[in-house]
This record gives sequence, structure tokens and C-alpha cells, in this order.
Amino acid sequence: MKTLAELEAIRDKAREKMNIRNNNSEAIRVVVGMATCGIAAGARPVLNAFAEEVAKRRLENVVVNQTGCIGMCQFEPIVEVLVPGHEKVTYAKVTPDKVARIVVDHIVNGNPVMEYTIGHIMK
Amino acid sequence: MVRSHVLVCGGTGCTSSNSLKIIEALEKEINKQGLTDEVKVVQTGCFGLCALGPVMIVYPEGCFYSMVKVEDIPEIVSEHLLKGRIVTRLLYDETVGKDEIKSLNETDFYKKQVRVALRNCGVIDPESIEEYIAYDGYMALAKCLTEYTPEQVIKIVSDSGLRGRGGGGFPTGRKWALTAPNKAPQKYVVCNADEGDPGAFMDRSVLEGDPHAIIEAMAIAGYAIGATKGFVYVRAEYPIAVKRLQIAIDKAREYGLLGKNILGSGFDFDMEIRLGAGAFVCGEETALMTSIEGNRGEPRPRPPYPAVKGLFGMPTVENNVETLANIPQIILRGPEWFSSMGTEKSKGTKVFALGGKIKHTGLVEIPMGTTLREVVEEIGGGIPGGKKFKAAQTGGPSGGCIPAELFDTKIDYDNLTEIGCMMGSGGLIVMDEDTCMVDIAKFFLEFTVDESCGKCTPCRVGTKRLLEKLEKITSGNGTMQDIDELEELCNFIKENSLCGLGQTAPNPVLSTLRFFRDEYISHVKDKKCPAGVCKSLMSYVIIADKCKGCTACVRVCPVGAISGSVKQPHVIDDSKCIKCGACMEKCKFGAIVKQ
Ligand SMILES: Cc1cc2nc3c(=O)[nH]c(=O)nc-3n(C[C@H](O)[C@H](O)[C@H](O)COP(=O)(O)O)c2cc1C
Ligand code: SF4
Ligand code: FES
Repeated sequence: MKTLAELEAIRDKAREKMNIRNNNSEAIRVVVGMATCGIAAGARPVLNAFAEEVAKRRLENVVVNQTGCIGMCQFEPIVEVLVPGHEKVTYAKVTPDKVARIVVDHIVNGNPVMEYTIGHIMK
Repeated sequence: MVRSHVLVCGGTGCTSSNSLKIIEALEKEINKQGLTDEVKVVQTGCFGLCALGPVMIVYPEGCFYSMVKVEDIPEIVSEHLLKGRIVTRLLYDETVGKDEIKSLNETDFYKKQVRVALRNCGVIDPESIEEYIAYDGYMALAKCLTEYTPEQVIKIVSDSGLRGRGGGGFPTGRKWALTAPNKAPQKYVVCNADEGDPGAFMDRSVLEGDPHAIIEAMAIAGYAIGATKGFVYVRAEYPIAVKRLQIAIDKAREYGLLGKNILGSGFDFDMEIRLGAGAFVCGEETALMTSIEGNRGEPRPRPPYPAVKGLFGMPTVENNVETLANIPQIILRGPEWFSSMGTEKSKGTKVFALGGKIKHTGLVEIPMGTTLREVVEEIGGGIPGGKKFKAAQTGGPSGGCIPAELFDTKIDYDNLTEIGCMMGSGGLIVMDEDTCMVDIAKFFLEFTVDESCGKCTPCRVGTKRLLEKLEKITSGNGTMQDIDELEELCNFIKENSLCGLGQTAPNPVLSTLRFFRDEYISHVKDKKCPAGVCKSLMSYVIIADKCKGCTACVRVCPVGAISGSVKQPHVIDDSKCIKCGACMEKCKFGAIVKQ
């Protein structure tokens, strides 16, 4: 390494990998139900798809978490998106191919994907 | 895709309570559950809460698990890492709120701490240069090399008000400024990581948890004073620190952050580690340099000072590990930021190793000016077993004690000096009512007698005479004249010793005499040790009314000093008793007491 610019490039790249450790309460949280029911319904690939999508788009302010059983097993995989200052949005029967749209429309642009929400699916 | 980081403490404290086995088990279990690509295990330096070790923290939730055992690992992996269900029983109890889990920073232990020197300890993987760089590592060096002249760097350090953390408290900027103008074919930067105080482990923790910070700071010091070569003098008893520092040096070289023409600036700097054999006197700066030169580590007279004639006779800056760990932050955040913390003449923070009779033994970093009471009661969690605070000892064998009546002393260089104590390098030993202050003075004197290098007579012979007098007093043979002579001898040793070891060795005696003279007098006049520690001055006796004659004490006494018939009160023969206390512990009726 011979320049400051190179050092900065290494820093920015390394920092992305450390994002997971920013334990801030202001962050947008994506919570995937990962109890036995959720895992059986395919929650793991969904969790991973979220983690990947968030990293790919370098969304520093988003934390992807799992949680236990949310209590509506027939709608698993269930994903909750919590944007500070907004109502919680719950998505049901999420599959990996739905993830990109949730991230772009909801998390980046602030428009929940109504047709994936549990309210819409239960109707 | 990695979605979770598990940070496991690999500091010396947790390593000795088996954290390496835990890491091994974690990796195995993660592999078994097919989570290898999703969860990353990171070994860090000390978190500070060593008393609760082994500790780990799981992100993104930030859950802090304490006293983790290898058997707990399958549950952590299958419940938490796979299903996201936090293993509540392993959480550090202070992080468990009513409905939520509090972040570690909100606990009493961390709340009042400000981490500057320790900022990366327990936060990054010390063996990864990328993780150091991620948190602006080497940016301070880059800033110095590209934006500042050496004079400007020295001015920033001077303006920050940083003083040496190795014990002396000499202003760091001034030390650099005294060395910079001296012309010589070669100059040196030396880092003092000898850390000889019994009970101290601040410097070890910085080296174990954040070794790149020291490398970066030494390169900055080199740029500021015009040195191209550095040495870190570290004791061989710190194998983890030595290993991580060596890995860090190798990595820094590989990245071009040590070596020739660093960051294209034309500045060259490289460094090596020198191992010390662990003699206390080798922490004294001139002895340390003599030792690096390959000779027996004995102090040499000053002047000439190292700034003029130091290592190999060349101008040298010698700084302590913790002093250096502050430097990159001062460069990046500015001298005003640093000097906004602390008191008028003591800026910034200080790291202390809390030990003795305190709940949270471990490592803390507090702003200068924090009171001793805050450190002991709030951060340290108070004294276990409902005992009363009696005194705290700082500065190790060169320091003194702070008695309970001065519990609200604001900790800084000048306040401690004023009460005959000293900041020292950061050992802080808490003592409760069961501690005998004469015995404490004796403990430190035993240490200095062992560690005196013997070069000068006041220290070599004087400390031995001091110890003999203390032994005379604690064995019940002292006179009032001995107390007076003790004081006289202390002052003589202070004034006539060659180096700091001898000059400060009497401090523990003088300080306990100042605040606990009545305890000395009890030993001499009443032949009593008020705390019941000095064995020659106390005896174990059986209260006849309470003794049921169960004979449990007879069976447990190793020397057969107890006699009596069954169901009759027993008696202890004081001439046979070795004061081990086994009988008192055994007695179910509280019939045996110390007198
Ligand atoms: C007997 C004796 C032992 C010392 N041990 C240490 C030590 O272990 N570590 C240390 O940094 N300084 C130690 N010092 C202080 C050093 O001589 C020196 O003042 C200090 O390392 C300078 O660095 P600083 O200005 O950054 O504090 C010791 C001094 C004496 C007299
Ligand atoms: S004061 Fe003690 S340690 Fe220092 S030179 Fe004299 S004998 Fe050696
Ligand atoms: S060594 Fe693990 S917390 Fe200190």
C-alpha cells in the first residue's frame, strides 16, 4: 500500500463487514421467525436472502435478526420489518424471491409491499 | 452470507478460564449445524469484566453472555444462532431489564467508563489488521504523514495535555519536543511494556486487544522526533501479548505501514520486540534501555536524560503502552477533544486494573477526576460479603493508600500526590476491614527487597532494614522507637537512592503510617492486630458457653492443638496452634473466635 486512497479503500471495505456489530437502536430491523415451524417452512433461505440483499446494497442502518415463534405457524416464514417511528409491518409466507422487493420498496423507499403482508394474505 | 458475529474474549483472564476451548467448541457446533457461512467467530482482547469470564457477545443483538462453559455451546448455537432465541440464563444479569435486554454500555460497570486507550479491546480481532483499519486504524499515521509537519504533531500532543501513564506523569508532548531537536545519526522510540507492578495488567490488555494501536503510535512518535527505529520491551511472561504484537508487526510490514517510504511519504520506520525477564527494575527507563542493549538491567544515573543520550547512546523517546494507545485518537479527534476530558492538570482517561476485595475485578477506563467512590461502589460493584471499605492502594510498590475518609477524592495525578499516594501505572487494590495495613506495607516491602537490583546501598540495605522493622512490629516485638526510626529510615532511602525504585519504595510504609498510625501503635503497645491478620498477635479461642463438645474441631486441627472430652467445652492450646483457622471454619455453633 502506498497511498492514503488505498488505505481508505481498505477501510471502507473492512467496515462493511463490521456493520453487524453496530448495535444501534435507531436502525431499521428485519426480524425473521426462526422457530422450528419457521425453519420447516423455509425461513433459513429467507434470512440469508435478507442478509445478502442488505449487504449488497450497503445498507448500513439495517439489522437482520432472527426471533422465535411469532405464534401464527401456518403463515411462516414470517418476517417483521421495524422502521423506527413507524408501525411494524408483518410479512407472511415470505420466500427468497420476494426479499429483493421488500428491501427495495419498503426498506429503501419506505413503501411497504402491501400484497405480501399478513393482513393481505389472510383475507 | 455472514449475518452474525460472535465475539469471544481471548484475553489472558478468559483464556485461563478456558475461552480457547469454547471457541473450538463453537466452531465445531456451528459447522455441525451448517451455519459456517452465516456466523463468524471472532477472538478479541479483554472486555474488562474478567471476573465474569469467559465472556462473549453475540451480534447483531449485542447479547452479552458470561461465565460460559463448553457444555453451554450446543444450546447457544441451536437456540440463539440458529433460531434467534436468546439463552437468557447465560446473560450477564445486569443486562437483563424488565422487558428487554440492555446493552452492555448501560450496565453500571460500563456506564461511567470512557474507552480511549481500550477502545478496541473486546471490539476487534487483534490478529486482523483489516478490523483495526475498519475503525480508522492507521488513519492517524496517514494524517500525520500527509497533513502535518513533525512540529505540528508535537504541538497537537502537547496541546492535548497527555501525561505519561507509566507512573511518572511527565507531559508526553514535552518529552517529544525535548528529543526532536537533538541531532544524531540514529534516534529511537521505545515502548515500555514491562509492567512490573504486582496486580497490574493494563498494558498487557492493550497489547493483547489492540496491538496495532501501539505500532501506529510508535510510528507517529518516530515521525515527530525523527526516529526510524522502534523497540517494544515486553516481559516474556506475556506470551499472548507477544504473539499478537508480532503478528501485528508482520501484517503492518506486509501492508507497507512499517518499513521504507510509508504511504509514499518518504518516511521510514520499523520496529522489533525485545523480551524482558520480568525484573521490576527493568521497567525503569534507563535500566530498560541498558537491558535492550544486551547488558544486565541496572539503572544508570540521569542526567544525561534519554532525550539526549538514551538507547545505544542516541536520543530516545520512551513511552508507556497506555500513553501510546491514546496518541492515534488524539491525532484523529484533536487535542481539544482530549483535553475536554479530565481535570485541570490531568487530561483524558486512565485505565485501572481493579483487584482485591471488589465484586468486579477487571479492567476499567475512567475519565480523570472520577472519584474513588464511583470506581469502587458503582463501576466495581462494591465490596463482596457486605464488608466495609477500608482503603484502596494505588501505584503498587511505589504508591500508597487512600483511606475511607478520602473516599470522595477525585482521582488525578495531583490529588493523589497531595495525599502521599500516586497514580502509578494503574493497579488499584481494594481493601476491606479484614485487611491489616501494617501487613500490606510489609507485603510491598517484601516485593521491593526482592526486586532491588542492588546497585546502590540506600535501597539494597535500607529496604531490608525497613522490612526487618516491619516484621518486628507484626510479630509483636516492636517498640514505639521502632515506629519513629521506621519513618526516619524511609526518608533517608527516598532521598539517597539512585533510581525510582528505591526513591519510592518507602511510600507504602509512609502512607500507611500517615493514615493508619493507630494500627501500628496497637501492634506495638497493645500487642494486638486490629484486623486479626498478624498471626503472632492473635489467638483462636473457644467460647465455653457456646461449645457443644461435638469434637469436629479436634478432628480438623492439623497439629492436635485442641483437647476436651465429648459434650464438654473444648480448649485450644495456644502454644501448639499454628493459626490456620481451620477449626473456626468447621465449627457449626460459632463457638470459636479470633482474639
Ligand atoms: C522501579 C520502576 C519501575 C517502572 N516500571 C515501569 C513499567 O513497568 N512500565 C512503565 O511504563 N513505566 C515504568 N516505570 C516508569 C518509567 O521509568 C518511565 O517513566 C515511563 O515508562 C515513561 O513513559 P511515560 O512517560 O509514557 O509514562 C518504572 C519506573 C521505576 C522507577
Ligand atoms: S535504587 Fe534500588 S533498584 Fe535503583 S539502582 Fe539503587 S539498588 Fe538498584
Ligand atoms: S480477559 Fe476476558 S474479560 Fe478480561
